[in-house]
Amino acid sequence: MTPIGWVIMVLATGGMTGLLAWCIYKVVSTPGSAEHLHSQADIETPDVEEH
Amino acid sequence: MKHKQGRETWKSRVGVILAVTGSAVGLGNFLRFPGLAAKYGGGAFMIPYVVAFLLIGLPIAWVEWSMGRFGGARGYNSAPGVFRAVCGKRWASYLAVLGPLIPVMIYMYYVFVEAWCLGYAWNYLTGGLRLGADPKKYEAFFHDFVGFNENGSLFIGDGNQLLIFLAICFVLNFLLIYRGLNKGIEWFCKFAMPALVICALIVLVRVLTLGTPNPELPDQSLVNGLGAMWNPTKPDQNLAQALANPEIWLAAAGQIFFSLSVGFGIVITYSSYLRKDDDVALSALTASAGNGFCEVVLGGLITIPAAFVFLGMPFVEDPPGTFGMGFVSLPNVFNQMPAGTFFGFLFFFLLFLAAVTSSLSMLQPAIALFEEGLGIGRKASVAMLGFMTFMGAMFIVFFSRGFQALDTVDFWVGNVCIYLMATVQVIIFGWVLGLKRGMAELDRGAEIRIPRIVGFIIKYVSPVYLLGIFVLWMVYNLPERIRAVGDIEKGQPPVVALSLALIVTVLIFYVLIVNRAVNRWDEQEATETEVSP
Repeated sequence: MTPIGWVIMVLATGGMTGLLAWCIYKVVSTPGSAEHLHSQADIETPDVEEH
Repeated sequence: MKHKQGRETWKSRVGVILAVTGSAVGLGNFLRFPGLAAKYGGGAFMIPYVVAFLLIGLPIAWVEWSMGRFGGARGYNSAPGVFRAVCGKRWASYLAVLGPLIPVMIYMYYVFVEAWCLGYAWNYLTGGLRLGADPKKYEAFFHDFVGFNENGSLFIGDGNQLLIFLAICFVLNFLLIYRGLNKGIEWFCKFAMPALVICALIVLVRVLTLGTPNPELPDQSLVNGLGAMWNPTKPDQNLAQALANPEIWLAAAGQIFFSLSVGFGIVITYSSYLRKDDDVALSALTASAGNGFCEVVLGGLITIPAAFVFLGMPFVEDPPGTFGMGFVSLPNVFNQMPAGTFFGFLFFFLLFLAAVTSSLSMLQPAIALFEEGLGIGRKASVAMLGFMTFMGAMFIVFFSRGFQALDTVDFWVGNVCIYLMATVQVIIFGWVLGLKRGMAELDRGAEIRIPRIVGFIIKYVSPVYLLGIFVLWMVYNLPERIRAVGDIEKGQPPVVALSLALIVTVLIFYVLIVNRAVNRWDEQEATETEVSP
């Protein structure tokens, strides 16, 4: 493991962890975020109502 | 009462975080990313990867979420419909033909890999993967299990075990998508995906405490394994040489698109069902961050270091196909762990569930197009799509030798087509919809303020970046890829040519469907014009 390898590893893993932590903080700290945030998984497609 | 309300709010927010980040976890994080990182030089690969994440991944995620919601508010759900709404021109729909094509073609091989995960989970449960300490046995098991050695081998003799798992995956996916069980999918994301992440964290701890498991091979240590993943230079290649290869930039961008599920019509379709004031900015960013964490931190620290420690540098430098990393090196890691059989089962079963959530989302864009283009209902659309994807998947499964068919479709569709579609999307957002309207659409209902520089990146940097790398890649690599079409092993069928023929056939089919949709939309608009005073 070279010094530049350590630097790349710390920057890449630290950067991604920090970004995710900030997003989680924003979701938790923003009032009303639970009602307005969505993922592909929780979006209902209206065409399923044909059943 | 107030306390109870607070608890409910907290619970719902945690649920949102789990759903949003969980939906981003898939096979790309744990299997595709380590394979590409190994192929393109570990740390060197991370440079174009991070650049692609910032300059095209995140911006295009925001573009897709906001364009989809824009089109949905005007009554369109398929990518061709959304493009028509955004551009206000009928021809724009044809530019989006790759939108529904890409996820369907990816599904054809994704369901194959999904079946591997289920099969591995089953074999852990039944003892089929208790293969002892010899790493080569895991490689041999993998090759036999997926038919790596010979075309059609899965259809004869004992090889048909995988076909049973493939059938289970196919039936499960289409049953879920047929019945529209979104609540079930949501449950997967909220509970199964966090469980997968926890399982991966446990495996990560085990990998980081491996030390030097074989004292007779002191070079195969964890620190050297981390070096194999993160060092940007290799004995035969320095950093400048690695970055001078356009293919590394194309592969990094392709991986960003693949794992973020952007650039191929899925997000556009799903976001078209949102309300006009729902947030898209923080949703897209959280999903991207969750995906990046799973990929870089978990995927990057587990698979390649473990493969190096147990199998040595030759295996890392020349893995048995892109996915061989996860299906050969990880079982070796589980073999070295206490309760490794249990964790092996849990990991591959949860990976299977992650694959189910991803593969279901790949089917919705085509269903939306069939409904809009042919005027048929969900059931008929699902049946039609089921037939098409079954035929395509059988092609991929039959031509399993060296994963030639899978690799060809993954390269041309999972990389090149996504590239083209992403470029078209970002140009339409920045130059046709216009930055002012586009950013206003992105800001509506947003829980975070997107920096204005993102608009500049979308309009100028992303298109130039995408086109620049694509042209370079064409110049340097297209001749080789074309030669591969005619490069046929003696006694073997022309699999690359056949795979390209499959892609072209599906493309023609989708152009015809889009054409039908455009005519239907024209008729609807003409009728509305006649009715309105």
